[in-house]
Amino acid sequence: MTDILTINKINCFYGDVHVLRDFSLTLRQGEVLCLLGRNGAGKTTALKAVMGLVPVRSGEILLGADDLARLPAHEVPRRGVAYVPQGRRLFSELTVAENLEIGLMTRGRGGDTREAVLALFPVLRERLAQRSGTLSGGEQQMLAMARALCVEPSVLLLDEPTEGLMPSMIARIRETVTRLREQGVSTILVEQRVDAVLPVADRVAFIENGVNRDVVDVDRLRAEPELVRHYVGLG
Amino acid sequence: MSFGPHLLLATLEGLVTAAVLALTALGLSLVFGVMRVVNVAHGEFFMLGAVLAWFFSTLVTGSPAVGFLLALVLSPLVVGLVALVCERAVLRRLNYDPEATIVATIGMLYIIQQLALTFYGPEARPVQAPFNLRIALPWFGYSGYKLAVIVASIGLILATWLVLTRTRIGLVMRATQFDRETAQNFGIPVDKVYAAVFALGAMLAAVAAVLIVPIQQAHYLMGLDPLLLSFIVVIIGGLGSLRGTVVAAVLIGLSDGIISVFFSPTLAKMIATLLVALVLVFRPQGLFGQAAR
Repeated sequence: MTDILTINKINCFYGDVHVLRDFSLTLRQGEVLCLLGRNGAGKTTALKAVMGLVPVRSGEILLGADDLARLPAHEVPRRGVAYVPQGRRLFSELTVAENLEIGLMTRGRGGDTREAVLALFPVLRERLAQRSGTLSGGEQQMLAMARALCVEPSVLLLDEPTEGLMPSMIARIRETVTRLREQGVSTILVEQRVDAVLPVADRVAFIENGVNRDVVDVDRLRAEPELVRHYVGLG
Repeated sequence: MSFGPHLLLATLEGLVTAAVLALTALGLSLVFGVMRVVNVAHGEFFMLGAVLAWFFSTLVTGSPAVGFLLALVLSPLVVGLVALVCERAVLRRLNYDPEATIVATIGMLYIIQQLALTFYGPEARPVQAPFNLRIALPWFGYSGYKLAVIVASIGLILATWLVLTRTRIGLVMRATQFDRETAQNFGIPVDKVYAAVFALGAMLAAVAAVLIVPIQQAHYLMGLDPLLLSFIVVIIGGLGSLRGTVVAAVLIGLSDGIISVFFSPTLAKMIATLLVALVLVFRPQGLFGQAAR
């Protein structure tokens, strides 16, 4: 498999706090890579750095020939990188249709993309005119993913998409991630719970205090659960 | 004149005030709503619109309508350009920090005001109305131009509403208003949206000034009253709420007109200020604003 996204020794700060230290990661074409680590390890910051939402002081983030770390934030999604942030961050005062429209506008996509996305999340079709802030938690997560998929991304960044959801909805999210992988979308999935990622991930990368540690295949992780205990603190 | 016609006259005058105020306050509300910037220089964009209206109208001799139309087109464009320069040169460099931009826009207020004094002078100068039509009511005659101001304001407010709610540009503005960071995640160039909104807000104030200048005369200190009244309107209506801005402008404009005619303009201002105090105490988010979560 070829590499689609390469994060190479990036350093990020919040004020004087050094959050990511020479952090490196490689995402392969069509894989689901899970980033695991404790609270405050720097998982969300890594995703935000890719999206240009946190300044990268040194290092590079390569997507093809583009160094995303040198682009303004609004140019990153136009290169085909979509982000579903923690807590969804929908435009809660806008309707479901308007949220999807914002996603479609990112790369000038139209009706076909919208239909394909609504086929993945049929419940949203019934809610198009509803204000997104009034949807249930599960529906909001579906809308957040649908809005990101309207970008037609080649790289998808998911930050704790299963947080606070009931089991049936978690299964639905996993199913969607698997289907996207089959369509060739490469995904970085940030999670704290290892049981939420094992069924969908190809590889797992560990992050500790802003430094990247082991990157292992899921099969090895199943065989060596002490890795999870070491980096995340639970098995 | 008996009470009924007197009240009608006061109401008409109040509606003219409300119409111009709604346009001016809409600009202020839009800038705060999208950018979270309290633009203290907003009244000076109003003043600049009026002063430029005088300048452009004097370029044309003969028909006052042509001079006025020229002013109505060019004055908001020039004011929008000035606002754009202010946004790029000052607000952007401050990263739109809410506190810093208040101080910066106070500075802009004085700079624009003193530039107007230097180049325009201290005199109040009239601009001729584009037409002189007197509408004969059974009790008194009333200026057709003033009624045209009300109609034009309603038209512009409706156009703004349509742009905000029915177009892609409006959707982009609303998305930026609700969540700047997420808007960037979807390819929205937030700094360009901010520049456009700041210019648009200033242009709305300039249009309001061009409309009022045949009634009030252009003067370099005329920006203070619209600024204060606009703040009163957006606080009562709810910062960032278009509907609230219009409703509050009508409320304040009508009360200003009626109380000024029957009692005194000072009492009208006192009551408006009292209303703001009551709203701040009992409903700080304004009549149509949303409480902070």
